[in-house]
Amino acid sequence: MLLIACPNCGPRDETEFHYGGQAHVAYPQNPDALTDREWSEFLFYRDNTKGEFAERWLHSTGCRQWFNMLRDTVSYEIKAIYPMGAVPPGRASSGARARATSGTAHTTQKGPQS
Amino acid sequence: MAETAERESAVIRGLRRSPVAHLAEEFAQGSVEGAHGVALREVPFLTMVGLRVNPASAAGERVGAVAGGLPNSCGQVGGAADGSGTGTLWLGPQEFLVVAPEDVADDGGPAALVSALQQALGQDAGQAVDLSANRTTFELAGPSAREVLEKSCALDLHPRVFKPGTAYVTEIGLIPALLWKVDVQTYRIFPRASFADFLGRWLLDGMQEFNAAQVS
Ligand SMILES: [Zn+2]
Repeated sequence: MLLIACPNCGPRDETEFHYGGQAHVAYPQNPDALTDREWSEFLFYRDNTKGEFAERWLHSTGCRQWFNMLRDTVSYEIKAIYPMGAVPPGRASSGARARATSGTAHTTQKGPQS
Repeated sequence: MAETAERESAVIRGLRRSPVAHLAEEFAQGSVEGAHGVALREVPFLTMVGLRVNPASAAGERVGAVAGGLPNSCGQVGGAADGSGTGTLWLGPQEFLVVAPEDVADDGGPAALVSALQQALGQDAGQAVDLSANRTTFELAGPSAREVLEKSCALDLHPRVFKPGTAYVTEIGLIPALLWKVDVQTYRIFPRASFADFLGRWLLDGMQEFNAAQVS
């Protein structure tokens, strides 16, 4: 069982949370212009990182707010918890990962409520 | 017109049933007195109003004035934190639950409180909705109440952490519930109506051991 420190409520059991998948997947600027392949990649293709991974979590039976987490997928160590829209701590705000630059990802695939 | 409405609401009050009315006798029988006692009862039909408003905004201030003060962080209760009158529980940064007696607002009931809150909100972003039928209220009280809760609630319920006059959104017996400590040994638990039968029986089961003779 993970003990997750909700930014609003403090440490709570993992059972109070829901996983929201990879963080920082930006909604396409112009979805109409995408090919079917590009659209399906936006919808369904996600990184499968071994190691440090930025992901979204929802404190569903608590304050019902989304937040981001930097978690090691091997050791399960939670490296950082940071707000929606913020850049992952320790990562450059621009450059290498084009997908890691948008702060609007959380409003696209799943709404802020669930 | 007003008379008709009054008569109608009197009829409705007579007809309604609380979610665990059928367990009242079992609650009474399962309650234990004495030094290791713990008692369970339903407090039916409390007024509950769901509030969504930014507490830092002007609307938040106006709504807070009606609700008796909005809490500003997790755990805090605004207004009557001991459950004696109208208290406002923190559910999220911009979400609150006003809990009040059934006959709040000079017996105008939930409708009067809701309309007062809606008036305070005005045209600003937010909402005030009557949620009185969404949840029911359990009162678990006595020297062993904490032990009963600790069997299935992962929060730290030790008195040095969980103080009277605070409330948390959490899970009890794997169902989502609000837990409000109104007094040193008295807890109010708010499950949704459809979970109330389960949680009532679950708590009764947890109370059973305190009915047995103490082994020393
Ligand atoms: Zn939370």
